[in-house]
Amino acid sequence: MTDTTAAGRTGMPTDVVVDSVSLAFDSSPLFEDFSAVYPGGQTTCLLGPSGIGKSTLLRAMAGLVPLNGGTIRDSTGRPLAGRIAYMDQSDLLLPWLTARDNVALGTRLRGERPDRAAADRLLARVGLTGHETKRPAALSGGMRQRVALARTLMEDRPIVLMDEPFSAVDALTRFRLQDLACDVLADRTVVMVTHDPQEALRLGHRLFVLTGSPARLDESPVPAAPTPRAPTRGDFPARYRDLMSRLGADETGVNA
Amino acid sequence: MKVVRAVVTILGLLVLWQAVVWVSGAPPYLLPGPVETLSVLVARAGFIAGHAGVTLAEILMGLALGTTLGVSSAIVIALFRPARRWLLPILVTSQAIPVFAIAPLLVLWLGYGMASKVGMATLIIFFPVASSFLDGLRRTDPRWIDLAHTMTGDPKARPLAVLLHVRMPAAMPALASGLRVAAAVAPIGAVVGEWVGSGAGLGYLMLQANARVQIDLMFAALITLAALAVALYFTVDFVLRKAIPWQPDTLPHTDS
Repeated sequence: MTDTTAAGRTGMPTDVVVDSVSLAFDSSPLFEDFSAVYPGGQTTCLLGPSGIGKSTLLRAMAGLVPLNGGTIRDSTGRPLAGRIAYMDQSDLLLPWLTARDNVALGTRLRGERPDRAAADRLLARVGLTGHETKRPAALSGGMRQRVALARTLMEDRPIVLMDEPFSAVDALTRFRLQDLACDVLADRTVVMVTHDPQEALRLGHRLFVLTGSPARLDESPVPAAPTPRAPTRGDFPARYRDLMSRLGADETGVNA
Repeated sequence: MKVVRAVVTILGLLVLWQAVVWVSGAPPYLLPGPVETLSVLVARAGFIAGHAGVTLAEILMGLALGTTLGVSSAIVIALFRPARRWLLPILVTSQAIPVFAIAPLLVLWLGYGMASKVGMATLIIFFPVASSFLDGLRRTDPRWIDLAHTMTGDPKARPLAVLLHVRMPAAMPALASGLRVAAAVAPIGAVVGEWVGSGAGLGYLMLQANARVQIDLMFAALITLAALAVALYFTVDFVLRKAIPWQPDTLPHTDS
């Protein structure tokens, strides 16, 4: 346990290896004998139609949903528990805690001494200096999502799972949050579920579209530029058209 | 504005009371008017206040004891599965026994002093506090619990910390509803206890005054009791609002 945490802190990226996993939601099978590798230190984006099981897969990686079969581990075969930070589409801030205490929630739950200085440092990193003692109700949607990002960073885990993390904010705020996330989550293994093809193309080192039932992965090429990518530069528009047609083709496939 | 409304309401009730006296032509020994009642209230203020003090002490002790027992039962039931199976049915069944019916027993067991009245108030408060708090503890947003589990690394890890930092604060608004009900019914418990057998308190005073056809004194005691109950309710309500500032009140003008 200690050596894996140390590995995360020294920047040794951790792969996420999904090996012949079976998953069901309300007894309807979503994944059968599903395997995938999400490379360490990179951002992998998962796209696909609603109800395909993207979120369930992410929750299974976080240990929140039991597997019907198979394993989700790192490349050395160790389980991922305790090395994961999870970020939801809603900020999940506790309304009775200040921004600072929300950031330090994990340390409290683990019975460690809450490090206020570290929490304030991370709040500063996401641009929230001066808002440390405000409650979530006093913050805008974008600010709350920044606090959630700071809380995710405070966990300091090598693997970060994000379920449509910026879908609840307006387009401009989302754009800024993507830049911020790309900056602060660099070198971590990020698996991000998103509905937004542009977000996936801006942030993803790898990009997968989930199709069919039970679901399988279909890799879509990403633009050549380093992340976060500008949506108008280089081959971004071409990749965007690729991805859109891939997603559109899926929908006709589902309807047929 | 609030004060004006309260004054108007009280004046209106007094006028209505006087009107009933005039219209019905009831003799003062059956239905004293507001003026007679208030003059008794003033003339025997010290005497009435002494009895009111006894009743207030019983109510407050009952509130403290009933709240402590209710809160701790809810926590035990929420935390331990066997407690849920064994204690919950008992908790529900206990409400099938009318508290008024066992009041004579309480007086027999605990004596004519304060203990039996505190016991009555405790019994009557226990259920609303325990059941509302338990409801609150059960209905924590499951996504908060999931987040807490990714932070502790294991759904079974540190249940006490999750209870203390997530479930209990989240259940505070529910507990507050229970406490408001408790504050409203606690005076009933104390007064019923006094009726069954006692040597002091507003219930005792009302019974004695009634028996001696001192209806003006009885009315004075009744008004004191009503004022006590209303003051208690609003004090509890005020304290709860201050203590739970994150709970938004979407009906801000109904009861404030």
